[in-house]
Amino acid sequence: MIEVRFHGRGGQGAVTAAEILAKAAFEDGKYCQAFPFFGVERRGAPVMAFTRIDDKPIRRRYQVYNPDYVVVLDDGLLEVVDVFSGIKEGGNVIINTNNGAENSNGVKINKIDATGIALDILGVPIVNTILLGAFAGVTGQVSIESLIKIINETFSGSVAEKNVKAAKMAYDAAKKGIK
Amino acid sequence: MVLKVMSSNQAIAEAVKLVKPKVIPVYPITPQTTISEYLAKYVADGDIDAEYIRVESEHSAISACLGASGTGVRVFTATSSQGLALMHEILFAAAGLRAPIVMADANRALSAPLSIWNDQQDSISERDSGWMQIYAENGQEALDSVLMSYKISENKEVLLPTMVCVDGFILTHTVDPVDVPEEEEVDKFLPDYNPEHAYLDPKRPMSIGTFTDPDYYMEARHDMEVAMEKAKTVISNVSQEFADTFGRKYDFIEKYRSEDADTIIIAMGSICSTIKDVIDELREEGEKVGLVRVRVFRPFPVEEIYDAIKGASNVGVIDKNFSFSIGGVLHNNIKSMMDVNAAGFIIGLGGRDIKPSHIKEVVEKTKNPSNKPLWIGLKEEQ
Repeated sequence: MIEVRFHGRGGQGAVTAAEILAKAAFEDGKYCQAFPFFGVERRGAPVMAFTRIDDKPIRRRYQVYNPDYVVVLDDGLLEVVDVFSGIKEGGNVIINTNNGAENSNGVKINKIDATGIALDILGVPIVNTILLGAFAGVTGQVSIESLIKIINETFSGSVAEKNVKAAKMAYDAAKKGIK
Repeated sequence: MVLKVMSSNQAIAEAVKLVKPKVIPVYPITPQTTISEYLAKYVADGDIDAEYIRVESEHSAISACLGASGTGVRVFTATSSQGLALMHEILFAAAGLRAPIVMADANRALSAPLSIWNDQQDSISERDSGWMQIYAENGQEALDSVLMSYKISENKEVLLPTMVCVDGFILTHTVDPVDVPEEEEVDKFLPDYNPEHAYLDPKRPMSIGTFTDPDYYMEARHDMEVAMEKAKTVISNVSQEFADTFGRKYDFIEKYRSEDADTIIIAMGSICSTIKDVIDELREEGEKVGLVRVRVFRPFPVEEIYDAIKGASNVGVIDKNFSFSIGGVLHNNIKSMMDVNAAGFIIGLGGRDIKPSHIKEVVEKTKNPSNKPLWIGLKEEQ
């Protein structure tokens, strides 16, 4: 079983990201589960969301404490939340940042300026699909084809089109090895 | 079977679309669920031919349900925590007037302290209202239970409302794969509702809900208990018919590796999925542990539970609710109706996350039971 924890702020799309990842994994033929943990239900408050992916049906119903992967939508959270908490040895963290977040606990840290890509392509700083593209490229745990399919089902019109473009760009960057 | 990834809220809304209610009154503000949002969309898109009434409170939502049901049509509403509490008065009226309403309750803690998170205090507190109560373990069961509930409630031997209870957030906001049955199959399983007796019809005038003097009140209440007993047979039959049609069988209780178990844990709702994982782990280590999941809480399946646990040396009952000075209500119900020495545990109130370590602690403490109900996961030992 693969367990992923997303850290974001209310309104940034962490919950949607967890659901899109689950649906894309299901599209790949896996079983999945995704769920949020809200702090207070308001914009800007720290939010966690979780995705589990497995070859067999998933039963357990508690939060993810030992993730294989962590995705951080907002590097400002690094000062507020221990995003590295409980991460498995050899785990992988993908952080949206345009500066040098420090390494921690020997886990692999993949930095991507998702906000930059979002402002360029989407015109708004919403980074969830971009980080999912990076997740697909870094981890190989979900196919970019399924991800694109689910992004297209989740959004419509030009929003879907731009999100697909942005996710694909992050995926390609990740495949080349993001810094 | 085509599985789709969706939340329990959406799964319930899909079930409602399939049962084709004529009236859906909802109070659309917190603590409402996205069930009402999905249903608003389905009605607006023409996918459900129903009157969608946005009322001014949950008290009004259930009142409108009762009024509409009184005209002999199928109705649905959904609520949660404080909303259910505000319905309290009319829950008793709906059951007493024998209205076959089906309602989904997203189980969430009651204030104070103010909480939006899961426990089962809200619906457990309505256990004496005369509603049947079903606690679903996952989204699939939530959907299937809504379909079965109408068939059970509308049966003329029963005519009592049903509350389908789903753990808030843990199910309502979690997406996983769910099979949505085909409309034609559901139509065959659950035909249109045709009431035979008491409903308002201008061609056949009658009064419903009249004043009852002491000569009749007790009989009316006793009739409800008779109906609740008869519901047991109806639930068994409907479960079998559902299994024959859709291939999924739901009983009053679910037994998981309990047949040869020395230690049996009893619980309700989504926590049972985590318990099953823990049981598998403990079985690997050679421990004879099993689970009995109580799915139908009212009518209370005394014989089924007793049969399932009577062979075990140790029984532990988990409650996500608390009755002051007494303990968990499921625990208390079991102890009062069965000759069994069961330990009681209070867990997960107000959304406290329930980890496998908590379940293992329950198993250990069931083997060395205490006389008092134990609160698991409290930050300080009391």
